[in-house]
This record gives sequence, structure tokens and C-alpha cells, in this order.
Amino acid sequence: MESNLLSIITFIPAIAALILGVFLRGEDETAQRNAKWVALIATSLTFLVSVFVLVGFDPNDTSFQFVEERQWLLGLQYKLGVDGISILFVMLTTFMMPITIAASWNVTHRVKEYMIAFLILETLMLGVFMALDLVLFYLFFEAGLIPMFLIIGIWGGKERIYASFKFFLYTFLGSVLMLVAMVAMFAEAGTTDIPTLMTHQFGSEDFSVLGIHIVGGMQTLMFLAFFASFAVKMPMWPVHTWLPDAHVQAPTAGSVVLAAILLKMGGYGFLRFSLPMFPVGSEVMTPLVLWMSAIAIVYTSLVALAQEDMKKLIAYSSVAHMGYVTMGIFAANQQGIDGAIFQMLSHGFISGALFLCVGVIYDRMHTREIDAYGGLVNRMPAYALIFMLFTMANVGLPGTSGFIGEFLTLVGIFQVNTWVALVATSGVILSAAYALWLYRRVVMGDLIKESLKSISDMSKRERAIFAPLVVMTILLGVYPSLVTDIIGPSVEALISNYELALAEADAATKLAAATE
Amino acid sequence: MQADLTVILLEIILSVYAIAALLFGAYTSQDRIASLLVWVTAGLMTIVALWIGVTGDGTRTAFGGMFNDDGFARFAKVTILLSAAAVLVMGQEYMARRDILRFEYPLLIALAAVGMMMMVSAGDLMALYMGLELQSLALYVVASLRRDSVKSTEAGLKYFVLGALSSGLLLYGASLVYGFAGTTLFSGIIEAADGRAPLGLLIGLVFVIAGMAFKVSAVPFHMWTPDVYEGAPTPITAFFATAPKVAAMALFARVVHDAFGGVVKDWQQVVALLSVLSMFLGAIAAIGQQDIKRLMAYSSIAHMGYALMGLAAGTAFGVQAMLIYMAIYVTMNVGTFAFILSMERDGRPVTDIASLNMYSRAQPGRAMAMLILLFSLAGVPPLLGFFGKFYVLRAAYEGGLVWLAVAGVIASVIGAFYYLRIVYFMYFGEEGDPIETGKSPVLWGFLMASATIMLVGIANMFGVEAMAQAAAATLVN
Repeated sequence: MESNLLSIITFIPAIAALILGVFLRGEDETAQRNAKWVALIATSLTFLVSVFVLVGFDPNDTSFQFVEERQWLLGLQYKLGVDGISILFVMLTTFMMPITIAASWNVTHRVKEYMIAFLILETLMLGVFMALDLVLFYLFFEAGLIPMFLIIGIWGGKERIYASFKFFLYTFLGSVLMLVAMVAMFAEAGTTDIPTLMTHQFGSEDFSVLGIHIVGGMQTLMFLAFFASFAVKMPMWPVHTWLPDAHVQAPTAGSVVLAAILLKMGGYGFLRFSLPMFPVGSEVMTPLVLWMSAIAIVYTSLVALAQEDMKKLIAYSSVAHMGYVTMGIFAANQQGIDGAIFQMLSHGFISGALFLCVGVIYDRMHTREIDAYGGLVNRMPAYALIFMLFTMANVGLPGTSGFIGEFLTLVGIFQVNTWVALVATSGVILSAAYALWLYRRVVMGDLIKESLKSISDMSKRERAIFAPLVVMTILLGVYPSLVTDIIGPSVEALISNYELALAEADAATKLAAATE
Repeated sequence: MQADLTVILLEIILSVYAIAALLFGAYTSQDRIASLLVWVTAGLMTIVALWIGVTGDGTRTAFGGMFNDDGFARFAKVTILLSAAAVLVMGQEYMARRDILRFEYPLLIALAAVGMMMMVSAGDLMALYMGLELQSLALYVVASLRRDSVKSTEAGLKYFVLGALSSGLLLYGASLVYGFAGTTLFSGIIEAADGRAPLGLLIGLVFVIAGMAFKVSAVPFHMWTPDVYEGAPTPITAFFATAPKVAAMALFARVVHDAFGGVVKDWQQVVALLSVLSMFLGAIAAIGQQDIKRLMAYSSIAHMGYALMGLAAGTAFGVQAMLIYMAIYVTMNVGTFAFILSMERDGRPVTDIASLNMYSRAQPGRAMAMLILLFSLAGVPPLLGFFGKFYVLRAAYEGGLVWLAVAGVIASVIGAFYYLRIVYFMYFGEEGDPIETGKSPVLWGFLMASATIMLVGIANMFGVEAMAQAAAATLVN
């Protein structure tokens, strides 16, 4: 059955942006309010429609569902669809966007453009998770840079110019190599259809380039090209340095989108492209990725300990948490990948909420310096409670969604590489150290700073924004099978295909060796 | 003879019109009619372009194979004529207000257009040279149209001296080719150079390529470009950046495929080298530019590098990619120059990039259109500029030039920086002395149309893909 539901979801925000751009005039207060409401209604509507998709989704069917397909240029196609891996990312995006818009209610500078940028960004992010054509995926993946570049550059903090250029050029450089690999895949397989490519066996015979012997041949090269893009996006150590800058300078809502959704594109990319399309390349590179993840977890946790700026601290903690994700994905077993997806979703809620927490006090005091705060619990009890919940979730306290993700990935990796698991587990302790210390310095203690004496607790709007995030964090923490039931069958299919492909490639190599 | 004349009928019509109008203008010596002539010339060129596009069919040759009328030539001619007409119309008001709208200007452009039509149809080295010189002479004159400006005359002179040198190189190469092939006809040369070419023929080929590389301003024959772009009046710069580039690139494709299609391997490496040098030099040298016209000069050098990448593939798909790239490039440049033409302060033209500070505040609509064009020039998806790059990358990969494709994408990242820099001035800069961008509805229309095409064109590229494919098929078989 042909259904246009996914296209509708994808393009509602874009249409709203177009309406804002064409019909809304002026910069006065009415115009600003109208812009905010249009954006909020459009994103909420998108969420509602996406709920229909979730309800109509059959988790036990591991093929792509709600597929729509049209011919396009150059033998490319416009093809959208969701499976168990992508549907929850779509939901995460549609869920977070109304919250993001509501969190931007205090913006007064060029509101119309601000809302347009976020609406366009939502369309592009949704497109990334739904695209079933290689080039269409690249189109959405890269186009997201434009609105994000503008969001950081126009509405960002003091160093916004540097941060926006670094963000754009860093991620652009990462992705162009992927483009070359995509061109190569198109030429080799003759199609850009993602479901077809997932079953296509790319060449994996070793060969030499410029005297360098490449194990896994073509697949390893393609894996590396995609890896360059996804690792930067993720971001993995040591190519994470753009993230703290971008996070610190971006406006609150920009940071939320960046942490909650944009970072997940890297992990999604690994699951959608790297593992199924280049199994041999993935296997060859697995030790490298695992150790990079382990280093990321420990190193960035230590760096987080030394931060003076709240946003920077949370940014480094994001890098550390993404380390669990890459580790889980490349453990390539059910617990590992389940855990990685779970961790990505849970990190979307938790880090989004933490950035919102910073935004709440930044709106009042206009500083993110940790030293400028202290003893907030005395005047902001509700804030202290919410901040504590998300700090605990960030640490991975059982009962919150953070625990499930970390635990599953660690279980997954322990079966594959005990040493990596050992190093990575120490990150759990380090994360408790920096997160609790942050909480103590900002919230606990006596309120002695003169400037904080008149600070007010959260408004109704702010409490309303946090409510859905609190619910999701605790719900997923106590009832994780909500997620694992949906992703489970698709992950299982992914792993069995991966192992089958590896076995086939292995048999082919042996056969070739035997006939020689 | 009669049959030959019908093949070149459109070229004859344009030439006769240009000469008659020139005579009329010279006798009455009135620059008053210049504005009228601009519109008439642009209208005539549009009609000719439509005529070619609608009625053109099949492959015909004239004068014993010296002149070809095939799908490839028609595709190039339509692009050349339409962009030339667009640039003429865009520049009319600018030149009239600055008192440099002489009646010769539209007619010289018309003559240059005839030269370019001749170039892309050439089937013989002599015909090629005739077309090339007709075009170049007209361009030398228009570059120095502003006689009382030192910069403009300097631009014209530089262009002339270096252009003459490159013509010399090309002629020398042509004579070598003639010496070793025994004919100047492309159809004869390709027989002489089938599979293995004699050394003299290859040396001749290299000289011919050097001459043509000068015309497309590929590195290392690019030195004239920034100075000429900066010195010439902006409407003339806009013209330089569009139609002549298409013509030279089409000529390039025609020579290497029609005359030297048998020795692809021999010229492929030369073209690939030109391509990679152009992409990197264009991307790196543009970073430090303060003048938007100089910046566009380096940008065009980089873009020619990408177009050459398609050509370097040496396949029909490569030619198709090159044609698509050029069509997209011309559309983007028409829009960008429509904007540059409108930049002014107190009625005087401004080309300083820093003067765009916070332009998005004053003119959100135009700034948005420019933003789209700049990202498209940088090749960022989802804009049409990205598809141009995608085609040439695929052509390069399939032509076995993986290293060239990798170099190309890396250069595109470096190049993205200076386009972003303009965006930075327009959107993130400090509030400053604002520039005006005039009220000209013509310029506004071209800017908006070009930006819209960049955005909407990704749906089906308005059928250009199929046309380019058909055009490429007639050249390479």
C-alpha cells in the first residue's frame, strides 16, 4: 500500500517555514508571537502525525515500512521508509522539536528567521532518518549544516563566528569523502537504493594502493570514507573538538537540537550504512573503533572535570556518552546494538534536558560560568529537583533511562573485548564525578552570591517544557522494553545479516586461496 | 553552396544584423539608440536561441565538414545565447547611468556571440581559429570600454596581450597538428590519431590545449582573469563569467573528442592536471580577496576546474556532466552578477565585500536569495550546485580518476570557506554603513529567478539532464 505519511511528516515543518517566510511581515510583537505560534503548531502537528506512524508500525516486520518511491534525476530516486532502527529516531526528532520551540519563547532577535531556520532543520533531520536513497540521504545530511550554521552564527554567543565556521567546515570536510564513496558505490552496484545496497556484497579482496596493503580492500576504504563523516558527526575522539565550541556558542535551543538529534545522525549512519553495507570493512576496523570509543569515554570525562563553563562540561559529557554508543554498535551483538540505540534515545532526552537546565539559569543571569552560581536550591527548589533528576540520569543511575543504555552497551562489549569493557566501565565513575561535582557547585551550599539573591524559580512555561522529558527519562528507565520491543527484531535481522555476510566473505576468501 | 548557407543561416542573420546596426549607429553616431539596441540585440539572441532549441534536429555539416550543426553545438549555443542576452539586459541600466552605454556595446556582444557559435560548431582547426578570434577581438574591445578609466584600459590591454599569446600557442599547435596529420579537418585528424598518435601530433595537441585552457582560464593559464574581472565594468565582467566560458569549454570538448577522440589516454592526464590545479588555486587564492569581482574571478577558475573534471573522464557521460555543470554554473553566475551589479552607495558602484555588512537586515529577501546562490556555488546540498558537482564526480570516478574526485571534494571544502565569508558579512557582521541595492526590477528579477532555479531545479532540473545526454551522445560515440 502506497502511503504518503512520511512525506507529510517530513514536509509539514518546511511548509510552515514557507508560510512564515512569505506571509509574515514586520518585526513587531504581534509578528513575533505569530511566528512562535506557527512554529509550535507545526512542530506539534508533525509529532501528532508521527504518532500515527508509530501506531501503524509493525515491529516484527524487519523490512522497511510506509515506503514511498518516485523516480528522480540520474537514476536516483526519492524514496522514504522506516524500519525498527530508524522509527524511534524519527519519533525522537518530532518529540524534541516542539520542546525546542517552546524553549525559545524568550528569543526577541529576528524571531521569524529563527523559527524558519528551526523548521527547515526539522525537515532535514527527519529526511535523514527516513531516506532510503543514498544521495537523498546525503542531501538531507549535508543540508542540515546550512540552518545550523546560521543558527550558531546569528543567534549565538560571543565567539559565534569562530564556532559556526568551525562547525561548518569540520563537518563538511568529514562528509565530502563519504560523497566520493557514495559515487563509488553507485558506480559499483549500479543503484543508490539503500535496501538493495544493504544486501549487495562489495568487493573485499585485499589490494594495495601506493604500496600500502589494504586488508578488506574496497570495503575498508569505503568504510573509512563513511567513518570520516559519521565519526565527525558523532563526534568521536579525536575529531570531537568542534562540538564544545558549537555547543557553547549556540543558543539554548540550538544546543538542544545539536545534542539531542544531530549527534544521533552519526550513530544512525553506522547502523544504516557501515555495518550492513561494509561488513568486512567494519570487522577489520572494529578494534580501532572500540579503542577510540574507550579513550573517548575516559579522556573526555577527565576533560569535563576541568571545565569552568557549564555548557562545555555537558558537551564533553556528550562526547563521552557517544563513546558508549560507538562501542555498543561495533560490539555487533544484540545487547550492544540495542544498548547503543537505547543510549542514543536516552541521551537525546537527558542531554537536551541538561542544556535546557543551563538555559533556564542563563536566561536569568546571562552567564554560564559555574563559579557565578551556588546555592540555587535555596531560591529555586523546583529547578534543583529537575536538575538533580537529569544529573542522576546522566550519571546512569538505575531507574533512569541513562542506566539501561550504559549497562546494555557494557554487557555487549564485555562479550567481545573485556579490556575495552574494563576501561569503559571506569567512565561510569568519572561521569558521576563530574556530574555530581557540577551539581554541588551550582545548586548546593549556601546562597552567598549577591547577584543570585533575587533569582526566581521556574515559570509555568519552563516546568511544562521539562514535564515530557522527565516522563520519558523515568518511563524508559523502568520500562525499557517499550524501546527494545520495537528495535529488537530489526537489530536481530541486522546482526544475522552482518554475520552471514562475514561468513560468506570468509568462505569466498578461502575458496580463492584453495583454487590458487 | 546553398545547402551550406542554410546550415549557418542563424549565424548569418546575427552577423548581418550586427553589421547593419553598426553602420546605422556609426552614421547617425547616436548613443541614444544604445538602450534600444541592447533590448533588440537581447531579443534577437533569445529568438535565435529558441529557434535553435525548438527546430534543431539531427546532424548537418557544411563547407566540407568545417562547420557542424549537431546536438552538442545546439546545446552550447542555446546556453551561450540565453546567458548573453540575460547579461545584456542586466547591464543596460548600470551602463546607462554611468554614461558608458555606447551603441557599439550590444553589437560587439552580438559579434562575440557569433564567434562563440562558430567555435562550438567548428569542425576544422581553421574554423575554430576564426570563431575564437572573432569572439576574442570583440571581448578585448568591451573589456576596455571605459576608455577614461585606467583600470578598464589596463584590463583590456592585459587581456589582449595575453590573449594574443595564447592564440599564438594555439596556432603553433594547430600548425604542428596539420604537419603531422596532413589535414586541419577534425575528421581527418581523428583518423591520423587513432589509437597511437605520432609524437609531433601530441605536441601539437598540448599546444592547442594550452591555448584553449587560456580561454577557459584554467590554471596555469589563469593569470589574466582576476585583473580583467576587476578592471572591466561590471556588466562586462558578468559577460566574461558566463557565455565565453561555456563556448570555450564546449570548444575544448569538441577538439579533444572530435579530433583527438582516439587518443583519450594522452590528453586525459593533461586535462586532469589542469582540473586539479584550477580547483585548488581557485579555492585557495579566493580566500584573501576583498573585492567581490576578484573573488568571483577565482571562483570561476575553481568552477572551470570542476567542469574540466567531467571532461577529463573522457566519456560521453563526462561530456554530459560537463554540459550540465556549465548550464548550472551560468545560471548561478547570472544571479550572482545581478546582485553585484545592484551593489552601490550614493549612486557609485561598490565591490568591497565588507560593505555587505548586515545586509540581511536591510534587504532580507535579496540576502536570502544571495545566501541560496552562495551555498549553491559552494556545492552544498540540497541546492542545484551540488548536483553539478555530483555529476562530474561520478564521471571522474567512472573514468578511473578516483584521485581527481577526492582532490575535487577536498578543494570544495576549502572553497566553501570564502562563500561562507560573504554569508558571514551579510548575516553575522556588525551593523555598519549600509549599501543600497537600487530599485531595478530587472536585476531583482534575475537574482530571484536564479535563486529559485537553484532551489526548485533539484526536482527534475527542467529536463536539462536529458538534453545534455542527447548532446553528449552526438559528440562522443
